[in-house]
Amino acid sequence: MTCRTPDQAQAPSRRDFLRSGAALATMTLAPGVTLMAFGGSEAEAAADSGKRWGLLIDASRCAPGCSDCVSACKTENGWSGHGDPERDVQWIRKVTLKEKATGREVNLPMMCQHCESPPCVDVCPTGASFKRDDGIVLVDKHICIGCRYCMMACPFKARSFVHEPVTNQKPHAPRGVGTVESCTLCVHRVDAGGIPACVEACTAAGHGAMVFGDLRDPESEISRRLAEFPSAALRPDLDLNPGVRYAEI
Amino acid sequence: MAIDRTIYREIPFTPRLWAVTALLGAFLLGGVWAFAHVEHQGHVATGMTNQVVWGLPHVFAIFLIVAASGALNVASIASVFDNKPYKPLSRLSGVLAISLLAGGLAVLVLDLGRPDRLIVQMTHFNFTSIFTWNILLYSGFLGIVALYLWVQMDRNVHPKWTKPAGLLAFVWRLALTTGTGSIFGWLVARPGYDAAIMAPLFIAMSFALGLAVFILVLQALCALSPCPLGQALTARLTRLLALFVAAALYFTAVQHLTNLYAAEHAGIEAFILRDGGIYTTLFWGVQVGLGALLPLLLVYGRRTPPSAGLSAGVSLLVILGGLAQLYVIVVGGQAYPMELFPGYVVTSGFHDGQIAGYGPSLPEIALGLGGVALALLATGLGAKILRVLPTNLSDQNLAAKG
Amino acid sequence: MIIRRLILGLCLVLAWGAAAPAQEIAPVVPKATGTPHPEGNAYMRRWHMQMMRHDRDVTMYQGVRPVDASLNACFECHTVRDDAGTPVTVADERHFCRTCHDFAAVKVDCFDCHRSTPEEYDEPPAHAALSRPPGLLPRSLSDIATMQAYLETVDPEADR
Repeated sequence: MTCRTPDQAQAPSRRDFLRSGAALATMTLAPGVTLMAFGGSEAEAAADSGKRWGLLIDASRCAPGCSDCVSACKTENGWSGHGDPERDVQWIRKVTLKEKATGREVNLPMMCQHCESPPCVDVCPTGASFKRDDGIVLVDKHICIGCRYCMMACPFKARSFVHEPVTNQKPHAPRGVGTVESCTLCVHRVDAGGIPACVEACTAAGHGAMVFGDLRDPESEISRRLAEFPSAALRPDLDLNPGVRYAEI
Repeated sequence: MAIDRTIYREIPFTPRLWAVTALLGAFLLGGVWAFAHVEHQGHVATGMTNQVVWGLPHVFAIFLIVAASGALNVASIASVFDNKPYKPLSRLSGVLAISLLAGGLAVLVLDLGRPDRLIVQMTHFNFTSIFTWNILLYSGFLGIVALYLWVQMDRNVHPKWTKPAGLLAFVWRLALTTGTGSIFGWLVARPGYDAAIMAPLFIAMSFALGLAVFILVLQALCALSPCPLGQALTARLTRLLALFVAAALYFTAVQHLTNLYAAEHAGIEAFILRDGGIYTTLFWGVQVGLGALLPLLLVYGRRTPPSAGLSAGVSLLVILGGLAQLYVIVVGGQAYPMELFPGYVVTSGFHDGQIAGYGPSLPEIALGLGGVALALLATGLGAKILRVLPTNLSDQNLAAKG
Repeated sequence: MIIRRLILGLCLVLAWGAAAPAQEIAPVVPKATGTPHPEGNAYMRRWHMQMMRHDRDVTMYQGVRPVDASLNACFECHTVRDDAGTPVTVADERHFCRTCHDFAAVKVDCFDCHRSTPEEYDEPPAHAALSRPPGLLPRSLSDIATMQAYLETVDPEADR
C-alpha cells in the first residue's frame, strides 16, 4: 500500500466560484466596471457605483420620547444592551439638542453618517473599515483586529466595540467580541431592493421623519426634498460629505 | 592620567541578579495572566468603554515606544555627534531601545480585540493609515538598531561604518516618533488632538523619557555587575535630561497656548487646565510640577553636580511626569466629549455631551507593568549574554576624555 | 538515504492506520438531511472554506446576496439536534463543524461572529461572559464555578 492523501479533489476553478454565486453571471468589462445579469432574480444590481444611498432626517417630525427607529434596528440587526450603558453597543441612538442661546429643543436619531470621505476608513490599519461602491460604510469583521482606531477617528461616535462574547446573531448581521461595528444602513435589505428598518418603522409609526434613497438620482424623493428644502450635514467643518442629512434642526 | 581601554563584559550571575529576575518575571507572569483574562472575557473585564476606547494599556505602550526611540539617543550622541564620553554606552543604548520597543509593542498587540489576528495585520496594509506606517517604522527600527549594534560589536566590521549606521538609526527614530505622535495629531475629529505639534511634542518627550529610563537602567546594571559607575557620567546625563525636560515643557506650553487662542478649543483647554478633576491634577501636579519643574529646579538650582541618588530621583520624576502626560493626552483627550452640534447642548442615552468616566482595572495595570517587565528582562538578558556593559565608566576615565 | 527511510517509515505508519477500522481513526460525521452536494463530499471537505470565503467577499463588498455557499445554507442540512430535538450550538462538541474540526485540531473562527444554528432557533447566551459587573478584582473563582457548570452539561458519553 502506498501513501495516499485524504482526497484528490480538484481545486475549484474560477468558473466554479462564479457558479457558486447562484443565478448570477458576472463579466468584468474594465477595471471597476462590472456587468451583471441576474437570472430571474428581482434583486437590483447591488453595490452599484452609480448610486449613493443616503438618509434625510426631518428633525421637526422626530417625536420626543419616540424610539421606534432604535427598537426596529435592535430587532432587525440583533443588538441589545446588557444594562452596562458605557459598554453597550449603539448602532443608532436618539439625541436631544438644546439650543444654547434660545433653549429650543429638537430630537433626532444619530447613526453612522456614511461619509464620502470616512475618517474611519482612512485610519483603519488593515482595511477592515471600507466603503462600498454605493457609499455604504461597513466593517469587514473577518479582518478587523479590534484596535479601535476607527472609534478614535469617528467624529460622530457612531461606532461601538463589542466588549463581550455574542451568540444568537441574525444571519445577515454577524457581530462578535473584539471587533468594531456600526450602522450598516441595513445593507442586506438595500441589496434586496428594500429600505432600512429604522426608516420603515418611522414611516409605519406615521412620523415620516426619515427618508431613504439614492442621492445620485435627481428624481428620487430624497434628492427632490434636498433640492427644495434646507438641510445640513453634521460637522460641515470637516468636509466629509456624509450620506445622512438633517433638516429642520 | 591613563585611560582604561573600553572593555565590555557580560554581567555575572549573582544572587541579586536572580532576585531581580524573579521579581521582573513575576510582573511578566502578571501581564500574561491579564492578557489571558481579557482575551477570555472580552474587554468587559477592563475599564475601557465605548466612550474611552483606549486606556491604560495604551498609555504604557506609547510610553515604552516613545522611550525606546529616546533610549537610542545616547548612541546617537556618540556616533552621530562624536561625543566621546558617550561612546562606551552606545551598545547598551541600542539594546535598551530594542527591548523597550518590544515591550511596548507587546502591550499594544495583546490589548487588541482580536490579538489572534496579528497575522492579518501582517498581510493586510491600508497605506492611508498612520498605524500601518507605524508598523513599518517599528519593524524597521528593530532591524536598523540591530544592524547598528552589529556594526558596533562585530570586530570584522570597520569602525567607519558606525557613523552611517548611527545616522540612519537617528533619522529613523525621528520618523518613528513623528509617526507615533501623528496617531493623535492626525485625528481630526477630537478637539484634544488634531494638531501637528503632536509630532515634535512626542519627539521632545521621547528624548526626555528615553534618557530617564536609560539613566535608571544604567545605574541598575552597574549595581548588578562589578563595573564602577562614576558620578560624573550620571551627572552629565542628568544635566542633559533636564535640557530635554525643558524642551518637552516648551512644546507642551506652545500646544496649549495655541489651543487657548482658538475659541473653538476653549472647552477642551478649560477641561484639561482648570475643570478636569483628575486630568487637571495630573497635568499641573504630576506632569508639570513633579515631572518638569521639580527636576529642572533640582538639576539647575544647584552649583554642584547631581549625586547618583539625585540622578535616579530626577529620572523617576521625569518618568512619572511622562506617564501622567500620556494619560492626560490619551484618556483626557477622549474623556472630553466631541462637539457634534456646535451651539447646542447635546444629551442622549449614549453619554453624548458628557465627560466620560474611566477607571483602570487590574488587568490593564498588570498588562502595562508586564510590558515594562518584558522590556527590562530583555535588556537584562542582552546585558547577560552580550558584551554591552563597559567597565571603564569611572570618574577618572571620564575626566581624561573630557 | 536517511530521508528516504524516514518517508518509508511514515508511509508504513500511515498505511497501518488506514488499514485499521475506519471509525477508530476518523471523526464520526453527523448525518445530514436534504440532497447530497453535486460536487461530492470529498470536494466539500477539501474546499468548503474557499467556497464560503469567495461568496462572503462577493456578498460583503459587492452586495450580491443570492449565493450558494453561505453558513446559513449549511445549517439547512447540517444541523445536529440534541435528545430534546433542539439544535446544538458550536459550544456543544456534537456540532457538525466541531466533529471534524476538533478531530483535526483546526480552529473555527466563524462562530465568534456568526450564529452556529439555523435562524429560527433561539441560541442561549455565551457561557461565562454575560451579566458580570466590571470591577477591579479578577473573577477567576467565578470562572472556575462556570467552568464546572459547563463541564457538567457536556455529554457524559463524550468521556467514553
